[in-house]
Amino acid sequence: MEITVAEALVKCLEQEQVEVIFGYPGGAILPVYDALYHSSIRHVLVRHEQGAVHAADGYARATGKVGVVMATSGPGATNLVTGIANAYMDSVPLVLFTGQVPTSQVGTDAFQEVDITGITMPVTKHNYLVKDAAQLPRIVRNAFHIASTGRPGPVLIDIPKDVAQTVIDFKYPEMVQLRGYKPTYRGHPNKIAEAARLIAASERPVIYAGGGIINSRASQELLALAETINAPVTNTFMGLSSFPGDHPLFLGMLGLHGTRAANLAVTNCDLLIALGARFDDRVTGKITEFAPNAGVIHVDIDPAEIGKNVQVHVPIVGDVKQVLQELLARLEKRNDTRWLEQIQAWKEQYPLAYRRDDGELKPQYVVEKLYEITRGDAVVATDVGQHQMWVAQYYRFKRPGSLISSGGLGTMGFGLPAAVGAQIGLPGERVILVTGDGSIQMTMQELATAVEQELPLKIIILNNYSLGMVRQLQQLYCEGRYIAVDFKFHPDFELLARAYGIRGYTLRTEKDVDDLLPGALEAPGAVLVNCLVSAAENVNPIVPAGKSISEAIDC
Amino acid sequence: MNKTGAQILVESLLAEGVDTIFGYPGGAVLPIYDALYDADLRHILTRHEQGAAHAADGYARASGKPGVCLATSGPGATNLVTGIANAYMDSVPMVAITGQVPTSLLGRDSFQEADITGITLPITKHNYLVKDVKDLARTVREAFYIATTGRPGPVLIDIPRDVSAGMAEYEDPGPVQLPGYHIKLEPDPEQVTRAVRAIEESERPVIYAGGGVINGGAHEELLRLAEMLLAPVATTLMGLGGFPGNHPLSVGMLGMHGSKYANYAVCECDLLIGVGVRFDDRVTSKIEEFAPNATVIHIDIDPAEIGKNVGVDIPVVGDVRCSLRKIIERLQPRLESRWRDKIFNWKKEYPIEYVENGRLKPQEVIQEIYNVTRGNVRVATDVGQHQMWAAHYYSYDRPRTFITSGGLGTMGFGFPAALGVQVACPDENVVCISGDGSFQMNSQELATAVHYNLPVKVAIINNGYLGMVRQWQELFYNRRYAYTEITGPDFVKLAEAYGAAGMRVTKKSEIREAMEEALRIPKPVVIDFPIEREENVLPMVPPGEPINKMLG
Amino acid sequence: MRHTLAVLVENNPGVLARVAGLFSRRGFNIDSLAVGRTENPDVSRMTIVVEGDARVLEQVTKQLHKLVDVIKINDITADEYVDRELVLIKVNVDPAQRGEVMQIADVFRARIVDLGRKTLTLECTGNDGKINAFEESLRPYGIKELVRTGKIAMLRGSKYTGLQDNGARDE
Ligand SMILES: Cc1ncc(C[n+]2csc(CCOP(=O)(O)OP(=O)(O)O)c2C)c(N)n1
Ligand SMILES: Cc1ncc(C[n+]2csc(CCOP(=O)(O)OP(=O)(O)O)c2C)c(N)n1
Ligand SMILES: [Mg+2]
Repeated sequence: MEITVAEALVKCLEQEQVEVIFGYPGGAILPVYDALYHSSIRHVLVRHEQGAVHAADGYARATGKVGVVMATSGPGATNLVTGIANAYMDSVPLVLFTGQVPTSQVGTDAFQEVDITGITMPVTKHNYLVKDAAQLPRIVRNAFHIASTGRPGPVLIDIPKDVAQTVIDFKYPEMVQLRGYKPTYRGHPNKIAEAARLIAASERPVIYAGGGIINSRASQELLALAETINAPVTNTFMGLSSFPGDHPLFLGMLGLHGTRAANLAVTNCDLLIALGARFDDRVTGKITEFAPNAGVIHVDIDPAEIGKNVQVHVPIVGDVKQVLQELLARLEKRNDTRWLEQIQAWKEQYPLAYRRDDGELKPQYVVEKLYEITRGDAVVATDVGQHQMWVAQYYRFKRPGSLISSGGLGTMGFGLPAAVGAQIGLPGERVILVTGDGSIQMTMQELATAVEQELPLKIIILNNYSLGMVRQLQQLYCEGRYIAVDFKFHPDFELLARAYGIRGYTLRTEKDVDDLLPGALEAPGAVLVNCLVSAAENVNPIVPAGKSISEAIDC
Repeated sequence: MNKTGAQILVESLLAEGVDTIFGYPGGAVLPIYDALYDADLRHILTRHEQGAAHAADGYARASGKPGVCLATSGPGATNLVTGIANAYMDSVPMVAITGQVPTSLLGRDSFQEADITGITLPITKHNYLVKDVKDLARTVREAFYIATTGRPGPVLIDIPRDVSAGMAEYEDPGPVQLPGYHIKLEPDPEQVTRAVRAIEESERPVIYAGGGVINGGAHEELLRLAEMLLAPVATTLMGLGGFPGNHPLSVGMLGMHGSKYANYAVCECDLLIGVGVRFDDRVTSKIEEFAPNATVIHIDIDPAEIGKNVGVDIPVVGDVRCSLRKIIERLQPRLESRWRDKIFNWKKEYPIEYVENGRLKPQEVIQEIYNVTRGNVRVATDVGQHQMWAAHYYSYDRPRTFITSGGLGTMGFGFPAALGVQVACPDENVVCISGDGSFQMNSQELATAVHYNLPVKVAIINNGYLGMVRQWQELFYNRRYAYTEITGPDFVKLAEAYGAAGMRVTKKSEIREAMEEALRIPKPVVIDFPIEREENVLPMVPPGEPINKMLG
Repeated sequence: MRHTLAVLVENNPGVLARVAGLFSRRGFNIDSLAVGRTENPDVSRMTIVVEGDARVLEQVTKQLHKLVDVIKINDITADEYVDRELVLIKVNVDPAQRGEVMQIADVFRARIVDLGRKTLTLECTGNDGKINAFEESLRPYGIKELVRTGKIAMLRGSKYTGLQDNGARDE
């Protein structure tokens, strides 16, 4: 079939069963937009390209499908960078298309030319500049394969305008041919056997489960493992929602703002079973004192993660789900209760807590109420900061993938567009965004997108009139010399919501929350709830910089 | 005395004469913010790091001094990317400082780690990752030197947290020593001689002036040259303000959306004197037919620009001002010129114009803004049709009064840049001419404007479209408007939600009064102008055509 | 410790930038890097000499593997292999000393490739040790200019690190 590359591209997307594209048009990508005009694929017009990537990211996290983004050359492309880096750090499958200046102008600093493949080299799983029009179908095929297999990640395809207009003989390749790319899915049987032996011999095992569980959809296997060997489970931030938040074996999150029970369990365990986790610095604290007496089993699809930060005793490279299935087949039920009693004692001794007797509305209270109202039956997106940690601590997630948040890059401004994407991917579900007064302002223009797409998003701002997380750090490490963290000025968020045609609420007290929050969550259409919360509240516990995770303090 | 890296950084910034930083805090820059706490430096907190970069850029363009922005590691740093690329394309002196994870965590995909020196390699003039606190002072000195000399551009300094928290002795690093960095200020005398001869021999000279005139502070020399030769001056978008727009010899902008008379002049000239320009594709269009009969003189500080896009007969590499002086010294003024008269006739014959039809027209909005302000304000624009109308219907008579994103064409640049301009020029009025699409990209900076009381006046040329793209779809894609219709908030209510003033003007007769009132209100004002929705920017050179084949 | 890696990569534009960027970003130290075409025009081979302990090397290998354009990596350090590097050295020699220098050249089986009034330019190939020794013996005369290509290497005997097999072991 003789068609232009732009038309071929749209055909490729249809072949890949793409349903939605998040994008923003411009000169260099115009031929592709023109081809899209005739396609049944839905296009969501955002208000800033950053919003497009985050929305595609939220869509991908919520649905498990590949998120697709389209932007023009130059500023359109550079506006994607944060979102790409964000998806890269959290292993989210995205395919991004950018327009580029015509081939003859590449390298001449032409109007709206940037070297986006060069720029994104450190933050993409792979990227392509299409120079040979005939290669486009193959490149798209490969890109979707690379983005969605192995450890997922973003792949960018840069298409010069003249290439997009070139006529080619279109055929979608049936096979992927990539000799340099072959993820390993099956764990090595010897290593799995060794892991089973270690587990059988251990007295104080702890399961440390990360985002890899969600990516490989291994929650059931995780639950089976925990219940079979009766081991407590702690999640990384990215792993939250992979294990039921109300399960008796659940320890909560570990690390910097982890529960004391989780951190003590890890510090005292004799076997750490790390599943789809990467021993990130926010998790390990002082690395030499992380699980100091434990044997370590590390299961991960990405061989480069194994041994990157800590010494591993049993490395297993493979898909977590498959590995767990094979491992479970070799395990016997364990019923040693001494360790679980110890865990239980820690949990009772060190519950998460906050003061409620000073008359101020506490952010934690709002999150607890949110859990109460939804019973964990919602998709919760967050931004970055204290509010994010409070959600991690006080909301008990039930369904895998129901927390949508920026973990590795910690991108403020991720929340709103990601929630937009999640809601588009899951039209029937309740999607709630919990954000901060700083974060929401970063990408607030996407309120217009939410309205245009008629999304019933519920937006909760935990408004402490401050960049709270940084304020807390200044309190802790800079003797309270606060600078550039207190917003002397904010828009009136309720009025702002109205300017966009969105219902707005302002909540000031626990009573307001009790009375109005349930109704706000039920109201039709998009809703913005501005909660004026205590400004001085801190996220506790916290592990001070350079300390072992067993040495958490309250501040 | 021993100081922390952060204190050394602050000392170094002060030593470079920095008075203002645009920034946004975060974990990796905590030590730097702590040092700022005691410093005699103004910090402007924006609402997104992109805003900080554009504000620093606007500050630099308006003041001629380097703009400084500061962001944390990871997302803070990546949020600067567009702003850095924008400054790079337009040769704006800027120093971007980013925090980075501690050196021990580098390369491990640590929390909020991004390889920002790798990322910005293609879009900075130079960049640094400082691994030792002892190198910090020298690095800052070099960064400012590189950013501001030669062809200016952005330089990024990435500072790991243990480096800014580390201790060292602060010593002034002394003059820079950069064996790999050469700037040629003085042009080659032989080339000057050749240029002078070519000028003397020419009958139909045209001066094609770009942003280099403004960067090089050569506007007076340019004026002298033009008046001596009685030569018309066509400017690029970046060159607007480098030559008085209301001067009889000005033929306005050339190129894709240039005036007909500018493009005709270029096509018929026998000598083209390019001054601080780069023969960009938006200017030349079909390059083989650009100034086809002309001898080309190209004066530029950047030797890499010469011969990059077109063959040049006489390259003059050097500081633009110095080069122009050397040339002018040796010229005799012309007393009359038939060529000039011809140009004057073209100007009368082919004015830039639009059709009135009772609906609010963008062109009349800009014209009325000009009539009210008389060129006495700084104008910052966004990107799109409104940007071109702002170039056509407002006359820029002084350098650094027209602030726009030329090379990268970054929507969302205008408003934060206007805030930077206002910071640099506290006693002047600043008007931001924006589009409904562009303004939405960075509207959050309204909070910054109100917070610091930067009374910028924003005129939103509101057509409910990504107008410039729609225009292309109308002209070249059979009116298939794929995803270019765009909605937005009620801009008046939006402004009010921020405590700024909001107005809406729907009739031509109301523009003047509204504008006058906006200038009286001592705070930020947003004026929404709902205009004729499908108005086009004309004249226009269709892509791939020679510049004298214009539509409209 | 020094390791010699034979890395087969797709002969795509930008692949060198990807590899170089990876090393700088992750803070790995490259001692030398030589790259060129192989018997298969679609495939280039990089010989990379890296400095680092076993953990560093493991990361280098794994991170390289993550690049989609990297097809295969072999650490041949522990194997039997031939390695060669070429060096060009320009030394100060007045005519009186020429004989001495030519003798040294003879010992190292180096060749004289250019002759100036006061200089000699020599070319020498060999492994690391030989090249270093050659350099040292010329140092007293004053080295004006020196350039090395970086090492290339190949397994001895019938072993090979080509595309077809996986283990690079004997048949
Ligand atoms: C784009 C970006 N810039 C800066 C930071 C650094 N940072 C981390 S948390 C935080 C404060 C967030 O404030 P807010 O959204 O109000 O949430 P809060 O902590 O108050 O709940 C900042 C500035 C970041 N994570 N992302
Ligand atoms: C960040 C960015 N994304 C996309 C583009 C492509 N683009 C150029 S002009 C334009 C339309 C601008 O719309 P608006 O701001 O409403 O101005 P108008 O043209 O309608 O005056 C677009 C989308 C761009 N220049 N910058
Ligand atoms: Mg518009």
